Amino acid sequence: MQYIPNILFVLALVFGIGFFTRNVKKLTRNIKLGKDVDLSDNSSTRWRNMIRIALGQSKMVVRPIAGLLHVIVYLGFIIINIEVLEIIVDGVLGTHRVFAPLGPVYNFLIGSFEILALLVIVSVVLFWLRRNAIKLQRFIKPEMEGWPKKDGNMILYIELVLMCLFLTMNAADFQLQQLDAPHYTKAGAFPISQFIAAWFQGLSIESLIIIERVAWWIHILGILAFLNYLYYSKHLHIILAFPNTFYGKVKPQGEFNNLASVTNEVKLMMDPNADPFAAPAEDTAEPEKFGASDVMDLSWVQLMNAYTCTECGRCTSECPANQTGKKLSPRKIMMDTRDRLEEVGKNMDANKGEFVPDGKQLLDDYISREEIWACTTCNACVEACPVSIDPLSIIVEMRRFLVMEQSAAPTELNNMMSNIENNGAPWPYNQMDRLNWVNE
Amino acid sequence: MSEALKVKTMEEFMAEGKQPEILFWVGSAGSYDDRAKKISRAFVKILNRANVDFAVLGSEESCTGDVAKRAGNEFLFQMQAMMNIEILNGYEIKRIVTCDPHSFNTLKNEYPSLGGSYQVLHHTQFIKELIEQGRLSFEGGMYKDKRITFHDPCYLGRANSEFDAPREVLKKTNASLVEMKRSRKSALCCGAGGAQMFKEPEKGDMDINVMRTKDALETNPNIIATGCPYCNTMMTDGIKAHEKEESVSVLDVAELIANSL
Ligand code: SF4
Ligand code: SF4
Repeated sequence: MQYIPNILFVLALVFGIGFFTRNVKKLTRNIKLGKDVDLSDNSSTRWRNMIRIALGQSKMVVRPIAGLLHVIVYLGFIIINIEVLEIIVDGVLGTHRVFAPLGPVYNFLIGSFEILALLVIVSVVLFWLRRNAIKLQRFIKPEMEGWPKKDGNMILYIELVLMCLFLTMNAADFQLQQLDAPHYTKAGAFPISQFIAAWFQGLSIESLIIIERVAWWIHILGILAFLNYLYYSKHLHIILAFPNTFYGKVKPQGEFNNLASVTNEVKLMMDPNADPFAAPAEDTAEPEKFGASDVMDLSWVQLMNAYTCTECGRCTSECPANQTGKKLSPRKIMMDTRDRLEEVGKNMDANKGEFVPDGKQLLDDYISREEIWACTTCNACVEACPVSIDPLSIIVEMRRFLVMEQSAAPTELNNMMSNIENNGAPWPYNQMDRLNWVNE
Repeated sequence: MSEALKVKTMEEFMAEGKQPEILFWVGSAGSYDDRAKKISRAFVKILNRANVDFAVLGSEESCTGDVAKRAGNEFLFQMQAMMNIEILNGYEIKRIVTCDPHSFNTLKNEYPSLGGSYQVLHHTQFIKELIEQGRLSFEGGMYKDKRITFHDPCYLGRANSEFDAPREVLKKTNASLVEMKRSRKSALCCGAGGAQMFKEPEKGDMDINVMRTKDALETNPNIIATGCPYCNTMMTDGIKAHEKEESVSVLDVAELIANSL
């Protein structure tokens, strides 16, 4: 009987981590639906970017208030999770505060966790106010209605509850230590929870143990639940921000990739020795589709981008098209990509891992042409994103599909392009007149 | 512009068996657009004054294909690029300067993997170089009492991280430089990029160039300086929308320098 808590704990752990592993597998499968791209270049720049942008939060502090609050919550979250390690060891072995022999170091750790926990609570409350009371512009755009808004608040509630549980647990523990309760080793420093402990004055050891145990259990179960909530949430960025900043664009922002499939065809067309009537080579596969109309046409990095998006809206609030009332919102581009990818993933789950065409696609069913054509390719969204997402690259892929596969550019652009074809300039002027400006 | 400009084509250089120091890529706007042609002429005036041995391609130059690429037409872009590369490589061009950040970006970043690698400079970078090397000097009294605000072109600034060259060059005019609240990395686009120049904007509640000129006007400038022919058009139209064309002018960095000579 004595081992029942240990067994329950191990079960919860196995179940929580098992479920999480399943989610991770699904996530990687979905991301791998994207096209392969070789990103083994520039690895030292990539490491530096990851350390600077993800670990160092360099882009977050561009907006100082939100940046500072975020750094607190982020540090709090990471550092307090050292405590989770102790909880897990205690839970499995049935020990209590197994790291206590670290002595002063332990006291320092627990003390600083408590201070961080309080700071996290303050930040989370301020974050909540920003989202719900101050109604910051970027949190009330159309794409944030419904689940995204709930998700944003949900995370704040979870963090708040977890931190409160942590402090309550410590408070009860502290009180028990004062009462010389057996099993409750005297260890740790409780700069914050000692004030909560004051409320527990006069409670019996039994009641205190119940409080301590309940807080301890809900805290660890909450963390396991949170781990599994990630996959369904914009909070996935706490993991994906790292690979995403690593694989983010390292070329100048203005450089768009040159499609290799097009290069081959253009070379053939321009080669005076190529025989236009030559029989196609044996191994010619189905001609490659140009651009993207659905998620499978995008690269795996673009799909990872979609899962990494924190829905913070920094991109959208910098977007010139969005600021002037156009429908385009780069955040929506990312959210739509993720939603469609999830839909494709569910389709595969339901059909033994094979995707069965569902008559839908990312273009038109999620992202409208009006959005695609409103972009000025200014890169403000790319610059603003705190986790190195490139919404512009998806917009460009969709334009490529519209123009090269469907000849569906707006009329004015078609005129411009036929001018280039005929006159070597986007306007209908004669190429022979190119130098007239000198003598005008 | 009264002075006669000295402009030689690559063909003429070839005939003389010489190589120019640099090729001036004029670009389609600089060749055909009435407003942008003035910028080309101002830049040539600077080149002439600094005795730069430069060439143009003239009728051998063709659209870089940049705007087709941003519109999604990768085919047309690569056709144009390969045609241009054939000519540039045929003349063994090493260094290119252009007044158009869009040409600058595509020549510098997107041509190399198609076989065309050159050292490419934006005209503000080249002017800065000329000044630093002592090849171009002037008093710069013309704009002494003026307030100038510089609008960063997306394809020079954010896209290629060049924020300082135009500002350093502008300082030589002795005008007072004032920054807009959104500048450098966070500058707002003028609204012309991504092929928007060639189409009507989508439905919205304002035009982007009107919003951007508002940023500029908030600095109380006498002059809005640009470094891109498309920005120039957009800002000029924006000024008109704010009915400020009497009091504020829109000039390219090259024009401000040429006028100071
Ligand atoms: S690149 Fe396009 S989507 Fe991104 S900020 Fe500029 S206009 Fe908006
Ligand atoms: S793309 Fe980046 S900036 Fe835009 S909402 Fe997502 S995380 Fe924020």
